[in-house]
Amino acid sequence: MTRVGVVTFPGSLDDRDAQRAVRLAGAEPVALWHGDHDLQGVDAIVLPGGFSYGDYLRCGAIASLSPIMAEVISAANSGMPVLGICNGFQMLTEAHLLPGGLIRNDHGSFICRDQTLRVENTDTAWTSGYAAGAEIIIPLKNGEGGFIADADTIARLEGDGRVVFRYVDVNPNGSINNIAGISNERGNVVGLMPHPEHAIEEGFGPDTALAMRNGTDGLTMFTSAITALISA
Amino acid sequence: MPTIVVEVMPKAELLDPQGKAVAGALSRLGKSQYTGVRIGKRFELTVDEVTDAVLADVTDLANDMFSNSVIEDVVSITVAGSTPVVHDETLAVSIETVDEN
Repeated sequence: MTRVGVVTFPGSLDDRDAQRAVRLAGAEPVALWHGDHDLQGVDAIVLPGGFSYGDYLRCGAIASLSPIMAEVISAANSGMPVLGICNGFQMLTEAHLLPGGLIRNDHGSFICRDQTLRVENTDTAWTSGYAAGAEIIIPLKNGEGGFIADADTIARLEGDGRVVFRYVDVNPNGSINNIAGISNERGNVVGLMPHPEHAIEEGFGPDTALAMRNGTDGLTMFTSAITALISA
Repeated sequence: MPTIVVEVMPKAELLDPQGKAVAGALSRLGKSQYTGVRIGKRFELTVDEVTDAVLADVTDLANDMFSNSVIEDVVSITVAGSTPVVHDETLAVSIETVDEN
């Protein structure tokens, strides 16, 4: 069975939710510990949301220096699928696996909403199961989710199709070009601010036009990577 | 014990929502003379002895760990107290000694 590691850091919040998402997507979740130098032979890695190290220094900065991140960086550079969600996205930028950075929301407030995203790139390890241009609803909850990068980096990301998810209707945090998620050049590393692991099971997901709490659009992110690993 | 002070600021061209919130409060207090507020960070590193090697290491830490060059700038690295003046042209930022008294 495909094994997907979920790293727990001090202050991780959604590690158990990510493990549950992996299980519902048909793979075996493997709990990994930030202080180890051991990926336990997993086939893919999720860096979950939360407030690692209390967001001290900068969000994700201290976690990006954790012992296990040396192994995560090395695995990511050799092509292993790595998904960074919210605080995990912040870690990926701090670890230089993804360009740009996340700063405090432009309106200054924490925001929590069911957010519509457009899937802009279906060639990544984590989006291959979506239809190109699909609009999905994924819960968003962050205080520091404003994606920024210099003009050259933005032009490169846009030109190379590395903007994977874009906010639709509302830009909830002041992100440049409504960018919600990006990938590395190879497409195996993806980071996004919204939380796909909170939209995987009817009755426990975001509200949709159809019914309350029945959104499961996030599950495809996990099944995309798992399906690709099984067929590989 | 000597102290090395590192100051980091959000990049000038980026929005600083913390500063903006404080500026809003000042405006509501009627203090219209303050047209802008920006908020940064100050790190105080206590060391046994300030040497060129320590200062070079602090400079690396300032650039690689204490700041994120995508969103912040290191604006100063200063040796506080009565340690000798050190200034190394090869360092990325200037190092000055100031008397905290």
